[in-house]
Amino acid sequence: MKILVAVKRAIDYNVKARPKSDGTGVDLANVKMSMNPFDEIAVEEALRLQEAGKVTEVVAISIGPTACQETLRTAMAMGADRGILVQTDDEVQPLAVAKLLQALVAKEAPGLVILGKQAIDDDSNQTGQMLAGLLGWPQGTFAAKIDVGEGTVEVKREVDGGLQTVALKLPAIVTADLRLNEPRYVKLPNIMKAKKKQLDVVSPADLGVDITPRLKLVKVAEPPARAGGVKVADVQELVAKLRNEAKVI
Amino acid sequence: MEREAMEFDVVIVGGGPAGLATAIRLRQLAVQHDHELTVCLIEKGSEVGAHILSGAVMEPRALNELIPEWRTLGAPLHTSVTDDRFLFLTARRALRLPTPPPMHNEGNYIVSLGNVCRWLAQQAEAAGVEIYPGFAAAEVLYHADGRVKGVATGDMGRTKEGAEGPNFAPGMELHAKQTIFAEGCRGSLTKTLFERFDLRRDIDPQVFCLGVKELWEVRPEQHRLGRVIHTIGWPVDQATYGGSFLYHLENNLVSVGFVLGLGYENPYLSPFEEMQRFKTHPAMRETFAGARRVAYGARAISAGGFQSIPKLTFPGGLLVGDGAGFLNLPKIKGSHTAMKSGMTAAESVFKLLRAGEQAGTEAIDYLHRLKNTWLWDELYRVRNIKPAFRWGLWLAIAYGAIDTYLFRGKAPWTLRHKADHTSLKPAALCKPIDYPKPDGVLTFDKLSSVFLSNTNHEENQPCHLTLKDASVPTRLNLEVYAGPEQRYCPAGVYEFVEESGSKHLQINAQNCVHCKTCDIKDPSQNIHWVTPEGGGGPNYPNM
Repeated sequence: MKILVAVKRAIDYNVKARPKSDGTGVDLANVKMSMNPFDEIAVEEALRLQEAGKVTEVVAISIGPTACQETLRTAMAMGADRGILVQTDDEVQPLAVAKLLQALVAKEAPGLVILGKQAIDDDSNQTGQMLAGLLGWPQGTFAAKIDVGEGTVEVKREVDGGLQTVALKLPAIVTADLRLNEPRYVKLPNIMKAKKKQLDVVSPADLGVDITPRLKLVKVAEPPARAGGVKVADVQELVAKLRNEAKVI
Repeated sequence: MEREAMEFDVVIVGGGPAGLATAIRLRQLAVQHDHELTVCLIEKGSEVGAHILSGAVMEPRALNELIPEWRTLGAPLHTSVTDDRFLFLTARRALRLPTPPPMHNEGNYIVSLGNVCRWLAQQAEAAGVEIYPGFAAAEVLYHADGRVKGVATGDMGRTKEGAEGPNFAPGMELHAKQTIFAEGCRGSLTKTLFERFDLRRDIDPQVFCLGVKELWEVRPEQHRLGRVIHTIGWPVDQATYGGSFLYHLENNLVSVGFVLGLGYENPYLSPFEEMQRFKTHPAMRETFAGARRVAYGARAISAGGFQSIPKLTFPGGLLVGDGAGFLNLPKIKGSHTAMKSGMTAAESVFKLLRAGEQAGTEAIDYLHRLKNTWLWDELYRVRNIKPAFRWGLWLAIAYGAIDTYLFRGKAPWTLRHKADHTSLKPAALCKPIDYPKPDGVLTFDKLSSVFLSNTNHEENQPCHLTLKDASVPTRLNLEVYAGPEQRYCPAGVYEFVEESGSKHLQINAQNCVHCKTCDIKDPSQNIHWVTPEGGGGPNYPNM
């Protein structure tokens, strides 16, 4: 069985995102970028399945500008067998990503697609679900544990108030949550080896997908600064303030 | 435990201007002479540029020599210096003084040195250098006969207690015919090489300054593209060496910082607070009206200059850049000399390797070559300026004028340096300094500042700020010097916390911005800075 893993190049999780002064987006000039942490977890899970002998090939896919090749090289340094970059400098929204992945699924015929549950830059949490919808495949989102059996996969999902286990028929879509695993450190020799692995570059047009944005970004702004707290003398005053000023009770 | 090993012709430790210039020059020579040469560069930051912090006004002299076509290759030197001001500050006034000759900036550029390094790394990779960011050189490796064999990268995934965690990955050995140390000021491996090969014999101790810097996005009406302002005087007293820089660079950015000599005497002094206070000066605060602070960081620089340059070579390796101390302090610039030293070292090393010398030879002609470059002459001429500051600001300025104009830097004497860690006076003899509280608009506290350096370290790893003797912080530092590490550290790493009636030192190593001040200033040299896991530390953007 082959696994496709989608990896997104996103602002590094250590970097404090800062809106541009004109409000048109987040300032990414010379800011450290890296693989979306949830996608790293997805790659790790695919590799563990491969190391357990349940998977024959792990293919990493990224969508975006040329710099995304670095993200694919990281996935390959972790252990992915090859990479595919759908190269575009245009904005790619979740539906377009799902359609591009759908087209690649048709080409590659994987038994399982693993994605991060969401990317830390836009927090959309849509791509996996839409991909499952487009393909008509079952989906196990927010995965905390995956068990691949014969023609099936059991996914333990993180849901409000606990864990829910679903059994899916393969092929299926799984999106990775934080507790699924802890990704490995990339080793230096593997980074060197990854430079020689196969990396194919295609365009959205090659895949016959129209990626025209459907959503309009209106404004990106910093959240308002937190106003200082006040000390209250007793419970009565607290209740009065909550009722009359904050109007929450 | 066995570590994997890899072989290269040259391994370079550090992706700053010195290391990158060395790498590029080596590959240029290899291509020029059609000689096979593998060059590997490792960098402890998560990417090249992540740990680079500088003013910076850059003199393009070395870059012109290394990559003459840098303009067409898109080097990020966008803003020429068009207006150069030198001010003396009193608490309320600013007096414009004639700009001292070393500080003239015609033909220089205001840059982000981090971005220059990012660009140099692209050039290096295009030239065939293998660059691996996120790997810290943690250990120097030696052959049995004492020649340097290479370096080992640090282990990843050790727990706080030092045990192998679930994701443990051992370090790698990188073997090379020549290992080049370009670690920057107070490099942790360079420090061990000084001892091992006795490289500092018969020279002055190195002395240092700490630069604390912020990047601001100012209102367009406050922005003066190409303006450079340097100040001396307030907020530090006459006996303390220090001054500010304020540069207007592209995109409405203003880079502002305070550079303070680490030979200061009062343990109550806080370089961070001096920097905050500086911005409140009537001549300065206008610039920041309605502006937004976007980045913060700090880094020590070498200030000893000529008389503190160590022996530069040893069997199997050599030193380049500010780790060796090539910064020109009166100019407050070191990137051009760092690059020049790297390029010169590359020429020596290439000659050796091309002649088929075996691994571990000493590139002795590096020093000879260096002496015939402009770098040597430049550092020689300004050698007496910094040490004269021990007489106080005014006498130093007077002496500086005599040394520069009368002797043209060739005075028949050389003034000496004294190590910074010896200069602190006991707290009982000093006056506490009452710094104003931050207002959260123009001035800030340490924690909200460190937040903007994007600093992070994997939490569960051994502390990289090691103490030789765990009793020293309370017994000596707190008792005698009122805990100076709380103040000189610009990142809030060191805190004395009270627990059941007694105080002890808490080290918040995750906050560390790798400035190295603690390793330099600790009065009994009890703090030894070692590399944390690769990729840790600040993630400076545009610094």
